[in-house]
Amino acid sequence: MLALQILIDGFAISALYALGATGFTLIFGVSGVLNLSHGAIMVAAAVAAWAAASVLHLDIYSGALFGVGVALIMAFATYFAVVKPIQNSRRIPNEEKEIFVLTGTLLWGIMIQELIAYFFTNNAKTVLPIVEGVVDIFGNRTPRNNIFTALVCCLVIGLLWLLVNRTRTGKAVLAASMNPRGVTLLGLELTQIYIVVWGIYGILAGIAGVLLGMFLGVSSYSVGPLTASAFSIVVLGGLGSVSGSLIAAFVVGYLETITAYMISPAYRTIPALLLLVFVMYIRPQGLLGRR
Amino acid sequence: MANFFTSRLFFISLVCVVVAATLPLYVSGYILGLLTVAFYFGVFAMAWDLLFGFAGEVNFGPTFLIGTGAYTAGILNNQFGWSVYVCILLGALASVVAGFVLALPALRVRGPYFGLTTLVAVLMLQNFIVVFADLTGGEIGLTIPDVITINAGANYWIALGFMSISAAILYGLSQSPVGLVLQASGQDPVQAGALGFNIVKHKLAAFIVSAFFSGLSGALLVFYFGTASVGTVVDVAVGVNVIVSAVLGGRRTVLGAALGAIFLIVAGEFLRPTGELATFIVSAVALLVVLFFPGGFLGAALSREARS
Repeated sequence: MLALQILIDGFAISALYALGATGFTLIFGVSGVLNLSHGAIMVAAAVAAWAAASVLHLDIYSGALFGVGVALIMAFATYFAVVKPIQNSRRIPNEEKEIFVLTGTLLWGIMIQELIAYFFTNNAKTVLPIVEGVVDIFGNRTPRNNIFTALVCCLVIGLLWLLVNRTRTGKAVLAASMNPRGVTLLGLELTQIYIVVWGIYGILAGIAGVLLGMFLGVSSYSVGPLTASAFSIVVLGGLGSVSGSLIAAFVVGYLETITAYMISPAYRTIPALLLLVFVMYIRPQGLLGRR
Repeated sequence: MANFFTSRLFFISLVCVVVAATLPLYVSGYILGLLTVAFYFGVFAMAWDLLFGFAGEVNFGPTFLIGTGAYTAGILNNQFGWSVYVCILLGALASVVAGFVLALPALRVRGPYFGLTTLVAVLMLQNFIVVFADLTGGEIGLTIPDVITINAGANYWIALGFMSISAAILYGLSQSPVGLVLQASGQDPVQAGALGFNIVKHKLAAFIVSAFFSGLSGALLVFYFGTASVGTVVDVAVGVNVIVSAVLGGRRTVLGAALGAIFLIVAGEFLRPTGELATFIVSAVALLVVLFFPGGFLGAALSREARS
């Protein structure tokens, strides 16, 4: 009974983690950028969806779409205003670009977070769910929204898989993650691939953010924890490995759910952190990382 | 080393310290209190710069070292009522142990992987403090019965003296042969090793020195505040401020890190009338510096001096 409940509850949160982490790892895989404004972009999407419904009085679907759109714009803004200038800068030595991108995106994330707090306060906001009500699964009352969240996450990840493996653009992205120099030798513009990847990332982060807003609710305080959880899932799975992050997302999601149910919600994040430290010691490249 | 004492930088720093030392004679206690905190922050930033700028280790968790020192000192004072100085010393030693623990993964993993490990260390410490609330005061904070002194001027001089001595030691270390070996092993560990330097030993030393100063400064800070809380010495946001200070002031300059920290704290206070936008403005300024003056304040000044 409890096992089934954990299984159902854990699935939705894991699927959400997976969706959030996929875009993050995709950018790292292709351009070597760790985007620490990730949490801020997700929260911005959720708050935009909330504002669209409660301030602009749009219907639920347009609100969700608006949220995803905002995340897309934010992702491009992050790339053009922060990441690209650092990558192209001649004053920053190449070996230090990584730390500059980390610091830059971190500051950018704090700026977004503070603006959200300024205009929409720190209060938690819950986006109205697209589907309401509960269903009964073998005696477990489950909100329909959980099932919807899980389904959308799986669907989007599936579409991403098709995009990457079955389309020309996707194959170029995949190739860029394997060997950027080889791709440029084949006559593909690397900058264009980066723009495509940041676009995909924005949409993924947006959908994840809006779903999170419906599922748990967000506030500007969730920015840090969201970035940290995406970062740890991605490192656990192996930086740049999308399938690794999917596995890691489910491991972390279920570990958290089991801890919350069996021990106490206060200890929710501790086992996942311990696991992360443990994996770093025995397998520094993560579960499926290639290095 | 000899030509350092005749260099321009030495005179400028000396003048700054002397001028700063006379401040309690004519400014209000409010400004002194602000600068006292800023000076302790300066030490955090300088200790961080030693690890990042020289050893090349991206430490996202400076607050792991700071918090360990601060809380150890605070708990010992709160539980056993030991003398303030013993507690501060033990806090710094606890921080050295923490630095040793943090150095272990650094010798195995690099770059973002190490960064994450340090971040996790902070989150674990934070969880630990909340879970063992009986001992640590949890989210409310730990009350510390003793303080060093309640005189604002004396506190200010202690902080200034502490920062100046730390700056002299850390800067001296960074300019010494040890600092050069550290810089080499941060930039190209394989080649530095091939030249016959023991990288493990040097990096470990850098971690221990950085931890010692972070912990000492953290312990002094809690005895100044009279309280230790997650929000002031452990939270990731505090660590972010330390990192931003160091990058803002100019990485690999040590002294610049202290300047950056003082700027950050004072600017945050000046922007207080703007309310919630203060953090936004400070972050935006920091981002602009990162994008357009990647060398930071001191980096820009030093390169101009080198050019002329």
